[in-house]
Amino acid sequence: WSHMTGAGAMAALALLLVGLVPAGAVWPQPQLVRESLGGGRCRLSPDRFRFGYARSSAVGPGCAVLDQAFLRYWRLLRDAGPRAPEDTRPWKPLCTELLVSVATPHCDGFPDMDSVESYKLSTSEDLSLLSSESVWGALRGLETFSQLVWRDEDGTFYLNKTDIVDFPRFAHRGLLLDTSRHYLPVRAILETLDVMAYNKFNVFHWHIVDDPSFPYESAAFPELSQKGAYNPVTHVYTLNDVKLVIEYARLRGIRVISEFDTPGHTLSWGPGAPGLLTPCYAGSIPSGAHGPVNPILNTTYQFMTELFKEISTVFPDFYLHLGGDEVDFSCWRSNPEIQAFMQRMGFGQDYAKLESFYIQRLLDIISSYGKGYVVWQEVFDNGVKVKPDTIIHVWRENAGPYQQEVARVTEAGYRALLSAPWYLNRISYGQDWQTAYQVEPLEFEGSPEQKELVIGGEACMWGEYVDVTNLTPRLW
Amino acid sequence: MEPARLFLGFLCASAALAASSLHQRPPQPEPLLLQEEEEPELGESPSGSLWPLPRSLRILPSQLRLAPARFQLVHGPGSTAGPSCALLQDAFRRYYEHIFGYSKWQNRGQRRLPAGTELLQLQVIIGSKDSECDNYPNITSDEAYQLSVTEPVAVLKAEKVWGALRGLETFSQLVYEDDYGSFLINESEITDYPRFAHRGILLDTSRHFLPLKSILTNLDAMAFNKFNVLHWHIVDDHSFPYQSVTFPELSGKGSYTYDHIYTPTDVRLVIDYARLRGIRVIPEFDSPGHTQSWGKGKKDLLTPCFNGEHQSGSYGPVNPILNTTYNFMTDLFKEISGVFPDAYIHLGGDEVDFTCWKSNPDVTEFMKQQGFGIDYAKLESYYIQKILDIVSSANKGYIVWQEVFDKGAKIKSDTIVEVWIGNLYTAELSRVTRAGFTAILAAPWYLDYISYGQDWKKYYSVEPLNFIGCEKQKKLVIGGEACLWGEFVDATNLTPRLWPRASAVGERLWSSENVTNIRDAYNRLVKHRCRMLRRGIAAEPLFVGYCDHEARGL
Repeated sequence: WSHMTGAGAMAALALLLVGLVPAGAVWPQPQLVRESLGGGRCRLSPDRFRFGYARSSAVGPGCAVLDQAFLRYWRLLRDAGPRAPEDTRPWKPLCTELLVSVATPHCDGFPDMDSVESYKLSTSEDLSLLSSESVWGALRGLETFSQLVWRDEDGTFYLNKTDIVDFPRFAHRGLLLDTSRHYLPVRAILETLDVMAYNKFNVFHWHIVDDPSFPYESAAFPELSQKGAYNPVTHVYTLNDVKLVIEYARLRGIRVISEFDTPGHTLSWGPGAPGLLTPCYAGSIPSGAHGPVNPILNTTYQFMTELFKEISTVFPDFYLHLGGDEVDFSCWRSNPEIQAFMQRMGFGQDYAKLESFYIQRLLDIISSYGKGYVVWQEVFDNGVKVKPDTIIHVWRENAGPYQQEVARVTEAGYRALLSAPWYLNRISYGQDWQTAYQVEPLEFEGSPEQKELVIGGEACMWGEYVDVTNLTPRLW
Repeated sequence: MEPARLFLGFLCASAALAASSLHQRPPQPEPLLLQEEEEPELGESPSGSLWPLPRSLRILPSQLRLAPARFQLVHGPGSTAGPSCALLQDAFRRYYEHIFGYSKWQNRGQRRLPAGTELLQLQVIIGSKDSECDNYPNITSDEAYQLSVTEPVAVLKAEKVWGALRGLETFSQLVYEDDYGSFLINESEITDYPRFAHRGILLDTSRHFLPLKSILTNLDAMAFNKFNVLHWHIVDDHSFPYQSVTFPELSGKGSYTYDHIYTPTDVRLVIDYARLRGIRVIPEFDSPGHTQSWGKGKKDLLTPCFNGEHQSGSYGPVNPILNTTYNFMTDLFKEISGVFPDAYIHLGGDEVDFTCWKSNPDVTEFMKQQGFGIDYAKLESYYIQKILDIVSSANKGYIVWQEVFDKGAKIKSDTIVEVWIGNLYTAELSRVTRAGFTAILAAPWYLDYISYGQDWKKYYSVEPLNFIGCEKQKKLVIGGEACLWGEFVDATNLTPRLWPRASAVGERLWSSENVTNIRDAYNRLVKHRCRMLRRGIAAEPLFVGYCDHEARGL
């Protein structure tokens, strides 16, 4: 990251400059902002302002991502406040348009880990130009542009003459929502995607199912939500819902990574998939309770093969999050058939080996669909053999400093994703945003190569105490 | 009479010893769990979804149906309130809506039900000659009621309309829907009355302005939880949103913006809306501290602070040494006394910072003249004393924060002292009541202090009378308040942050002392919270789970 220092210093300087002018509220702070202090500014009339494609742009009208973004940002501008009566004064200079120029002609795809989000934005009375490599960068630039517009006390909109060069520090900037502990209506998810775009997040990590409920409506196994959702009609995500979320996210340059966590956190799967979960024993008889997914049955892997085949198709992102956290071994231990299996396999009493056995086979299934995977840190901690391109998600706050885990993960050559310091569901009194803000993700002992392996982080809003009533004010 | 008093004093001491040995409990440990918090078992409470739990309750297994097209809320025979009682008329309409209004029942229930299985009416009978229909509720309002649900009519009896309002809420909570959408109620007998007379919610509209709509929504939620006092902490350091007719400059210059004010019409609307729900509105105009925003619209009201010889440009508490201060306060409180009908005004008096007074040579001189030495608490008391006289002469009673008592200001014997300082509040309750003053407890119920997990249990487990003192002292605790201070609260998060956490306080203040079973409370509160959602209150979840009808329109 040494190449960053120059830009960083300039950004710091720019920050100082921005502090002096009314437009200094761009969030997150762009890498480089140069703003003319000499009163270089133009007036802007939301009604007459338009967004358009520059002649040099490789994408033009018909590019849904940008066409819709133009409309969105125009509306944001228009709704920024009550409109002043039509002002016919010959007030100059007047900014009338922002032209967008995108270098690569791709418009219909999905954003991915390698999407280029950099952009350059230059505003002035003659010409405001936003240029980017990809449409995703253009989206980020439009957001920045919308934050540059300001109003004076008379309600007049202004745009200062400004030059911005911007690119993200980390490629993976995610937000986790948990729709199992409480169901979140689709509109709450869509609204969150809007706010994510306002904050330049680019990954929606959809922790869609878990122990308490299974709201994902599967075409291959409809019983899962019929029996596992809180309500099989009102508390489910239909295929259309999921498609809507994915498309809504795509139009905002946001990837959707689904998480179907196994073998633990699967109690809600049980009612709709008989035989899937391990029957727990009390002494020599089944207790009636169930534990994690049963890893010793072929039917388990047939089921997973079918289910993940569907999931791999429904969710276009290259990555699936496979969970793998917090597997409780007590039920496996109680089950005589599992004990026998352990013996046959030569696992001894090491149930982490059984977990690895399961995860290993699951990873093979996912690989066979040409997908990559993200897993919670336990999978790495327990020594499961994972493919070199696996992403390890570091979340544990209370298992020693998370910095050490990041160091271990990257030392082993894996890419790491940081969430441990950003469990936003854990509320406390006061301005706790500052604690989250002061985290430096690369502050761990490791080589420059290791630091390169930290691809980003995720803010997590687990759902124990969160539903649509408090999601938005708790998250933002 | 002297011997009797001595005897009583002796009783007090022994009761105190017994109390201390019975009630001392170690502080509860904070939950330290992450994703793996133990799930409370959700089950059925024998008391259904009633919240707060009535004093005496008998629910029979026999079910009656209510047909929305036929069921009526009516004035019963012999009631001293009739259709001319607008308060009840409004309440009937409101509760009809709460009972039936949320599902599409229009094409159901037209057929006759088998005889003996239908509840046709709720008859509301006010017994007292004066129903108090057109009054404002006050500290002595009678909120008791009796509810008897039997085929074919249910009867709700109360002496006053205030009890009828509480009973209507209870009745509405008894009605439930079966899987086929039929409305059912079990035959029941309920006798109910509140344990404490003062059951309040404090909202702070100075640190953040709360739009009128938020306040009204909150009044609805208060009625659903049988709260009866809105303590309106209307102004403070940060802003002065109250639009005074006498001193329009106060909000003109002291509010956040022109848009962030409560006009006289707004205030009247809040008071009326509250009255219709049996809720008193007690305004707080806190002085002499917490008054920075007053200074903008009232020159010379605040004490100029000094930096050595010179004025520093900043200001401290209200200037207690000027006659103009008291002239101003006389006029202001005269207005306030007229605008707010309640017999009480909250005068604040908390957290007075002496440094500015100390820096000011005129104040120092005044201290010398008055013989206060360097005891600035005496100056504070001097000020408070004069304010209390002003308010008394306006025929109002007053509530003050505990510091006023702590610092020994001479206060009238009917002053209500609000105990708010978090640690050792039980000792403070002992002191306040031993001195013979009436007390309100807020200290354990600062709901703005959020933490991770089910902190409602902490609020629920508070026993307000768990302090050392005799029976007479305990009687002086007239209730409590859940406070939602506004540092981190505005319209975006007010409702989910306050509800259902305040519901825990609601039950503590209404129900019997022995209603302390957390599991039973959880089972009822989960349902009560879902019911609040259905009535348009965006109450947040207690824990993992769902409601049949999730929040809408957020």
